[in-house]
Amino acid sequence: MSAQITPPLPIPLLSVKDIHKTYGGRIGCTDVSFDLYPGEVMGIVGESGSGKSTLLNCLAGHIPTDSGRVLFDTRDRGLIDTLTMSEPERRMLARTDWAFVHQHARDGLRMSVSAGGNVGERLMAVGARHYGDIRAQAVDWLGRVEIDEDRMDDRPTAFSGGMQQRLQIARNLVTGPRLVFMDEPTGGLDVSVQARLLDLLRGLVREMGLSAIIVTHDLAVVRLLADRLMVMKSGHVVETGLTDQVLDDPQHAYTQLLVSSVLQV
Amino acid sequence: MSDYNFAYLDEQTKRMIRRAILKGIAIPGYQVPFASREMPMPYGWGTGGVQVTAACLTPEDTLKVIDQGADDTTNAVSIRKFFEKTAEIAVTEKTGDATVIQTRHRIPEEPLGEGQILVYQVPIPEPLRFLEPRETETRKMHALEEYGLMHVKLYEDIARHGHIATSYAYPVKVEGRYVMDPSPIPKFDNPKMDMAAIQLFGAGREQRIYAVPPYTKVVSLDFEDHPFDPSKADHPCDLCGAEHTYLDEVIIDDDGGRMFVCSDTDYCAGRQAKGHRGRLSPTEEAAQ
Ligand SMILES: Nc1ncnc2c1ncn2[C@@H]1O[C@H](COP(=O)(O)OP(=O)(O)OP(=O)(O)O)[C@@H](O)[C@H]1O
Ligand SMILES: [Mg+2]
Repeated sequence: MSAQITPPLPIPLLSVKDIHKTYGGRIGCTDVSFDLYPGEVMGIVGESGSGKSTLLNCLAGHIPTDSGRVLFDTRDRGLIDTLTMSEPERRMLARTDWAFVHQHARDGLRMSVSAGGNVGERLMAVGARHYGDIRAQAVDWLGRVEIDEDRMDDRPTAFSGGMQQRLQIARNLVTGPRLVFMDEPTGGLDVSVQARLLDLLRGLVREMGLSAIIVTHDLAVVRLLADRLMVMKSGHVVETGLTDQVLDDPQHAYTQLLVSSVLQV
Repeated sequence: MSDYNFAYLDEQTKRMIRRAILKGIAIPGYQVPFASREMPMPYGWGTGGVQVTAACLTPEDTLKVIDQGADDTTNAVSIRKFFEKTAEIAVTEKTGDATVIQTRHRIPEEPLGEGQILVYQVPIPEPLRFLEPRETETRKMHALEEYGLMHVKLYEDIARHGHIATSYAYPVKVEGRYVMDPSPIPKFDNPKMDMAAIQLFGAGREQRIYAVPPYTKVVSLDFEDHPFDPSKADHPCDLCGAEHTYLDEVIIDDDGGRMFVCSDTDYCAGRQAKGHRGRLSPTEEAAQ
């Protein structure tokens, strides 16, 4: 993957500075800073409880941070700290330029709404008012995540776990977001289903030139998807670098352990 | 003489409700919380509407109460009696003679004028609840005008039925701002909400009051390619021959015989008194 990396542009899409988050005195994540450039995919790996989800939720504005800044290159005003922007502005961002894929599809889907309605929601949220157009776009997106058109009026409750996850991805990408947050998008799925989803994600990331931050503890996921890697342990970033570099030549003892434990499987 | 304070509620409570009403009128379509009181009738019997009516009534008022368009149903009769007893006000069945009309499920056919108040009984005031049960979230959605979800509901309707099947409590946007549930009136009545009278909505159990001031724009939500259609039964009234009213279907015998009659009984009677006749009018002039 490293061969595909575009040289850093002068303006990062996302610039994270000194994120610090505690839960009642215990560290959730701390001292996290990095830049994400357009078209880049950043992987965040680490063992359970290392602070990956905490960090991702801080970045996406889902939970409050204790301190730090999350600057996003907005379309109209350039780099703005999303942690201090007004709530309407942040919510607007969340349904236009940002997307969030949850580990559990049911957290990111409306289970009582048809697959087509789930995909159409973001379109309607930004003002689409032509049923035929909304439906056509939903069909297109369901196709791109390999869900048959004849399932579009079914509710996600009737879908398998893998289908639900693909639906969640379609629902998120339909408005062409510029930044996608994903928390364990392949977690909780059967291995064969994981592989297919991973393939699909890789296709979409390449095709759309997506910028994304992907949390996972599956090194195969980052190997396939991520240009760069951040390794976390106990709320701290212990190593960062190009994915292949980090995985093939880990510097930090913890990363070495992480990599070797996987390779031994 | 009645032993009740005028219109049952104490003056302090009426003042509180009037403040909520005034706020509602100032912000058309916005749901104002109020401290709903226990009324001597169960929830679901219009306790919200009754409290709003009580707060609006003056001794000079003439009250009309309808349920599904009719003045003589149990619910309408008991509310009317309640105010006759507790406020000793005049009552009427004539839409044109009433100054305050409390209603459940209908807007009278006769256009309402300035100086009249229409009070709706509301079971569920929150139009977004169908898809978003969290109150904190729906309140935020109203505040930020995030109404995409309302269209998701209509989308689901079309996807499932081929057309917008919602026929009651059809959501509206008030004065280009708040999305509002017009209470379970038939969508046939939605276009009438652009009216000269004051419209007040009371939800007792849910403790909300909202309002549409006179001459306020009320638009029924729809899609460009599935425009709002107030739709009406494809019949004239069998009693008064009206072709422009909302009709109830009535079974008239054991052989599946049916007739269609105006749901607004006062309007229908008025037309018949003026000589209008329908297919089944009980007079010899009735057309075949
Ligand atoms: N809501 C919370 N309240 C208190 N502590 C929390 C909360 N959420 C997370 N933590 C703690 O913060 C630390 C980081 O948790 P986090 O969920 O971010 O880890 P993670 O890397 O995503 O783990 P996993 O791989 O299991 O999802 C852990 O010690 C966890 O117990
Ligand atoms: Mg996690």
